[in-house]
Amino acid sequence: MLEIVIRIALFCCSLAMLGLIYRVIKGPTVPDRVIALDAIGVNLVAITALISIVLKSHAFLEVILLIGILAFIGTVAFAKYLEKGVIIERERNR
Amino acid sequence: MMKINNIILETSIKVLLFIIVLYSVYIFTAGHYYPGGGFIGGLMTAGALVLLLITYDIKTVAKILPFNYRILTAIGLLFAIGTSAGSILFNVPFLTHAFTHVDVPILGELSLHTATLFDLGVYFVVVGVTMTIIQTIGEDE
Repeated sequence: MLEIVIRIALFCCSLAMLGLIYRVIKGPTVPDRVIALDAIGVNLVAITALISIVLKSHAFLEVILLIGILAFIGTVAFAKYLEKGVIIERERNR
Repeated sequence: MMKINNIILETSIKVLLFIIVLYSVYIFTAGHYYPGGGFIGGLMTAGALVLLLITYDIKTVAKILPFNYRILTAIGLLFAIGTSAGSILFNVPFLTHAFTHVDVPILGELSLHTATLFDLGVYFVVVGVTMTIIQTIGEDE
């Protein structure tokens, strides 16, 4: 029973990922693409969790947290680039 | 240009930074029995420092953490070479590691391994090299 439910959930996550990839390719503006990439990261977390249930292993639980942190850092860096034009400033309040 | 006030990012960083650093230390220390180790732990620590660099700027971060990352890389290499060459003193081949079980009062039985010191060297080298690359790229205009 759980097996079937997990397969269905994986299928739904893949469909959501396809929709997000459509938004990454088609997205008219750059922020659309950044948001879509951030959501792809969250989707990847869900898929990793489901796969680790399928494989009956807890070796991927570190990967889940890792993807979350990396997606956050990437999104923040991109947001700062879009807003200010630089990611790492030399000195603030110039 | 008007000064941009990013108070949400600065406040959330104060909580998130400690979680990320704690997680990287966990991944570093659990590397012997679980996935992880010096490389990914060092990369996560460097990621936390990059988050600090994104939130603030290079001068502020240099004031918070007055490290020279090139010296950190050198210290890491010294750790790796030192633990490798230390085995020569005990008349065993280069890079031979030793371990022992120690009874610590509160923590119970610990297995102390000299490979951890080698891993600490890897950790320092990864943090130092990553931060040197990012700071060097970020500093030029």
